Amino acid sequence: MQVTFKVQRYDPEVEAPKPYWSEYQVEVNEFTTILDSLIQVREDTDGSLALRCSCRSAICGSCAMRINGHAGLACKTRVITIASEGDTITIEPAGVMPVIKDLVVDMTPFWDKVKAVDPWLQPQGPEPEGEYLAPNEDMLHLAGVMDCIMCGACVSDCTVLEVDPNFLGPAALAKAYRFVADPRDAEDKARLGMLSDYTGIWDCTRCYECVQVCPKGVAPMDRIMALRDRAMHIGFDKTTGARHTDAFAELVGHSGWLDELKLPIKTVGMLNLPAMLNFAPVGLRALRRGKMPPILHKMLPNVENVRRIFRRIEPED
Amino acid sequence: MAKYAFFPGCVSRGGCPELYPAAKLICERLGIELEELAGASCTGAGVLQEKNQFLGDVLNARTFAMAEGLGLPILTICSTCQGVMSQANKRLKDDPEYLAKVNSHLAEEGLEYKGTAVPKHLLWIIIEDVGLEKLSSYVTAPLEHLRVAPFYGCYIMRPTDALGFDENPQRQTSLETVITALGGQVVDFPGKSRCCGFPILTINERNSVAMVAKHTTEALDLGADAMVTPCPLCHLNLDGYQPKAMSQTQRNINLPILHLPQLIGLAMGISPRDLGLQRHIISPSDVLGIVGAATP
Ligand code: SF4
Ligand code: SF4
Ligand code: FES
Repeated sequence: MQVTFKVQRYDPEVEAPKPYWSEYQVEVNEFTTILDSLIQVREDTDGSLALRCSCRSAICGSCAMRINGHAGLACKTRVITIASEGDTITIEPAGVMPVIKDLVVDMTPFWDKVKAVDPWLQPQGPEPEGEYLAPNEDMLHLAGVMDCIMCGACVSDCTVLEVDPNFLGPAALAKAYRFVADPRDAEDKARLGMLSDYTGIWDCTRCYECVQVCPKGVAPMDRIMALRDRAMHIGFDKTTGARHTDAFAELVGHSGWLDELKLPIKTVGMLNLPAMLNFAPVGLRALRRGKMPPILHKMLPNVENVRRIFRRIEPED
Repeated sequence: MAKYAFFPGCVSRGGCPELYPAAKLICERLGIELEELAGASCTGAGVLQEKNQFLGDVLNARTFAMAEGLGLPILTICSTCQGVMSQANKRLKDDPEYLAKVNSHLAEEGLEYKGTAVPKHLLWIIIEDVGLEKLSSYVTAPLEHLRVAPFYGCYIMRPTDALGFDENPQRQTSLETVITALGGQVVDFPGKSRCCGFPILTINERNSVAMVAKHTTEALDLGADAMVTPCPLCHLNLDGYQPKAMSQTQRNINLPILHLPQLIGLAMGISPRDLGLQRHIISPSDVLGIVGAATP
């Protein structure tokens, strides 16, 4: 069957470079991948098309790009799974990272973030004769996160990175989890302290983009949530993020549903005057329009059942 | 008349009090009968799950068991409730041992979740159960000249395996479908399935507001008169924090954000006041002018 590839192009060598689109007709069969198609274009139609690839089998992590608006590996995506005869497939370079040429992006910011989490084992005590050993079963739960091939798909589509380049981002935070959760690593506390600051685990907006686009099932956001839990447990529970989570749980555990008026107050603290004043204009505007939670928050009719569940489960954790 | 166990969620009775009555109104018109799950708790909204996913699953299993008791599918009106419930339901249905462990915490209340609950957002119910033909037949004031940008909310878009997108591919474009059925024009824009920024509002307001600014200006620049969302949390941010987005960007954005039931209600000729449109921070008066309804 035939499909159209609409590819975003960028040539840095022309005067006043800016992105533009090129369209190519490609003949595909049931096995043709997006990458096969683009290579075919480069070989037969337009030798100027720049793209990056190596393994062609979802191992090297070179070929992440946006396919119909979402990041993915070109070599892992078969055309027939996303298009029918005559359809147009839109191809763009990965997001967030600067474009070098066409579909090739500069991954320097990606690597800088990974390096920033000290992605190596920091064990304690005297060096053993051989390797640092750990029982198999203690390492098994890390298998998923170790599958990361550093392709940058998650970074491309991260909603926070889109507005704040300082955020460590999904890949680096998943990598941080890999060491925090390694039983041989002794720097949990220092790592979690650093990760609890601005740019770390609490800046993630829980949007699931990284979970959805990761071609390897690393589920970075789930790792970030696990890091939040560990950070709170180890004592970093005074950050705004930690207080927000604690306050939310406390309020739902008390009345059965969320008291939206109390949540921000509990999160920043009644005595935190600057933060309270910051809420004021928004609150007043809402009050004027009648867009306000009820002042008197009612209990759920059978709230005792909910409270009992909280009492029993929370301590077990 | 189709009947559902109604799960309104916290925000439609809290920060977005206009949503609850608007949803009830249009359900009544569409012949959707609602029995409210008055004893059901908060889903945890993904926040409780950060601390303790198991606890969240027990709370949601409790709600599911209540709906099973009524023999009714669950109707939600919040993308976040929907997503959190769908994810919990998947975990509970995929693993009988896990389900049994969860149920051990419900026994004292005389509840047991059997794994048959079907939580469904009103948006999906309109397309899959009511049907577009029937929806169109209720449209008395088609939104002919209104250009509407859809905004989904993360949890009703991802992760797709929990949301049944494979079996129900129409869910991927459900908002566009409904806008079109109401006679409106869809303004497609890249931000429609992104995050509104609400979850980090108290943690990093600058970033949260930057997301509001990005989505609203993007839609505005593509010609949108309004944005519609099936998620009250998105509404809280996109509407309530748009003034801050305007100061952050130094742009006069003023893009009205409508709840899904409000958009449907307008097309049915329901009065803007009954739909609670006077309660928004960003005045929807321009929208009402375009659809020929009086400003409340
Ligand atoms: S869940 Fe967090 S880390 Fe993942 S893409 Fe969204 S904001 Fe980024
Ligand atoms: S976490 Fe997944 S998407 Fe992100 S870099 Fe690793 S393999 Fe790629
Ligand atoms: S070419 Fe190696 S991952 Fe695609």
